Amino acid sequence: MELLKLQNLKMYYGTLRGDVRAVDDISFTMEKKDTVGLAGESGCGKTSAMLAILRLQPPNAKVSGEILFQGKNLLKMSDSEFRKNIRWKKISTIFQGAMNALHPTLRVGDQITEAILAHESRSKQEATEIAGKLFDLVGIGSERLDRYSHELSGGMKQRTMIAMSLACNPELIIADEPTTALDVIIEAQVLKVMKELQEKLGLSMIVISHDLSMIAETCNKAAIMYAGKIVEFGGIVKVFTEPLHPYTQKLIAAFPSILGSMRELASISGFPPDLLSPPPACRFHPRCPYAMNICRKEEPRYIEADQNRYVACHLVSR
Amino acid sequence: MNNESVMKISNLKKYFPIKVGFIKSLASKEIPAVRAVDDISFDIRKEEIFGLVGESGCGKTTTGRLTIRLLEPTEGSVFFEGKDLAVVPNDVMRKLRQKLQIVFQDPYESLNPRMSVFDIISEPLHIQNITASEEQTRDRVHKVMEEMGLVPPEEFLYRFPHEISGGQRQRVAIARAFVLGPEFIVADEPVSMLDASIRTQVLKLIKKLVKQFHVSFLYITHDIATSRHMCNRLAVMYLGKIVEMGPTESVIKNPFHHYTDALIAAVPVPDPTARRIEVVIKGEVPSAFNPPPGCRFHTRCPRAQDICKKEEPELIDLEKERYVACHFPLGK
Repeated sequence: MELLKLQNLKMYYGTLRGDVRAVDDISFTMEKKDTVGLAGESGCGKTSAMLAILRLQPPNAKVSGEILFQGKNLLKMSDSEFRKNIRWKKISTIFQGAMNALHPTLRVGDQITEAILAHESRSKQEATEIAGKLFDLVGIGSERLDRYSHELSGGMKQRTMIAMSLACNPELIIADEPTTALDVIIEAQVLKVMKELQEKLGLSMIVISHDLSMIAETCNKAAIMYAGKIVEFGGIVKVFTEPLHPYTQKLIAAFPSILGSMRELASISGFPPDLLSPPPACRFHPRCPYAMNICRKEEPRYIEADQNRYVACHLVSR
Repeated sequence: MNNESVMKISNLKKYFPIKVGFIKSLASKEIPAVRAVDDISFDIRKEEIFGLVGESGCGKTTTGRLTIRLLEPTEGSVFFEGKDLAVVPNDVMRKLRQKLQIVFQDPYESLNPRMSVFDIISEPLHIQNITASEEQTRDRVHKVMEEMGLVPPEEFLYRFPHEISGGQRQRVAIARAFVLGPEFIVADEPVSMLDASIRTQVLKLIKKLVKQFHVSFLYITHDIATSRHMCNRLAVMYLGKIVEMGPTESVIKNPFHHYTDALIAAVPVPDPTARRIEVVIKGEVPSAFNPPPGCRFHTRCPRAQDICKKEEPELIDLEKERYVACHFPLGK
């Protein structure tokens, strides 16, 4: 079943120097129980895309296109309806930087019950019970509900964020860099919790990260973003083993692995463009080793290269 | 690389005292302290990239700072060119700083935003009074910028840090470290703030510099996968101690310490078809203020025995060049 469909989604930030085209015409579809990895480097627009879906964008942002969630266009919905029925109730999020995402002077339990009480007609006691169950579920233990965030370790704070995102039984969770600030062993523990929850609760997720290794481990589909565009989308194994877009190829080869024999790490010359004035035509052409004349003149269309495999590159569409 | 060592660190300790009230200080004999670095010894060889890996709070950054005396050690010695940096007088140390340099983690914070690239790179030359004329300074700055791939230098000289990209900033930081012609450089997570497509460029630059200028690096990182590509030898730290040390590939392929084993198992792999090895250790790193007695890892170790709680294992030479501090090393 189609859960979320982004169609020609755009989000431009209006500034004095012109529009910053943070998300520029992206489309993809995810089914129920899918975990889509949205990968890309800093400033490629991945977090902006998440903000647009949750309608958390700053006032200077202009969003257009369609966000179809269970068939309904979220962009047509009124603010009050969105707040009441969608945000946190149907689509919740795990914010970046768990270290600073919790309220420092509220007990962590209360921060979870707050979300439940705002969306569901339950008593305080029922809400506390649910929060306790969630804490057990993510492996913190319900006895820690009355702690403050400074009394928890980094891993526990991140688990609290996960518990919070589950508070209202959402259909979709968007996790923005859920493990970036954590040490590897804690990261592995948190990823394990996330994977167990996916299996147990049949969660659908969008995982946003710059870390391809993390995406490879948690997701079944991947969308690779570059300069506000999705350059490649498809099943995780296909994207990683047979990447079609030169950017995807290079990016994957730039990640070192602890397994297997040593291979040369790839680098990409130049640096990511300024989204105020991105390069014309294909945005990757100034850094692409295979750039042809057409790449400088014409923007490649985002086409279905194979079943459920999308790519925007002249090399493929020829 | 040859086996001649450039720097020899022995029994190095750094305790950060904690402020307690007057009454409490009367009650306890010992001044409470965070034992950030607790009795570590190793040497760094010529033209070597020596990796120091571990989780946050294990003392790796403190160790890096101690080696070039940005911090005064509590105990122990750091031998460089036959002098103990822990005790040399300040004027001698100041001269020695020409040869001892550091590249910090965050190129967004380690460069003064109000100085131009030229000012940043030439500042060490002025401080050390190296160049006789402005012209000489300019030549030297130009030359080092070319080595760092900041070409053409004219294009960058009068820009400010906010006008250049992250990768270029880190190149400026490395240029600043190299302008004095150092012999030993501490690189504290030099690429962790950089994007993947830029990271490799900087890593390759560091490798090139080692070959070209015969320098040695202490490479501090939490990222073992990257250290595999960079380091000749690796030391794994846990709560202020070195628990394992040896040639990088050998340590990664065949770890002896249970902590190293877990650390390696926990590293995510950029391959969706790879099977995840179960991470067996639980919990989080205990506080360095009050580390567990005996082996510091025993509270999380899957194979801890009684002896581990009582007796601290020494770092011993188990095999050729392979050191481990464990009562029950893996595969032995």
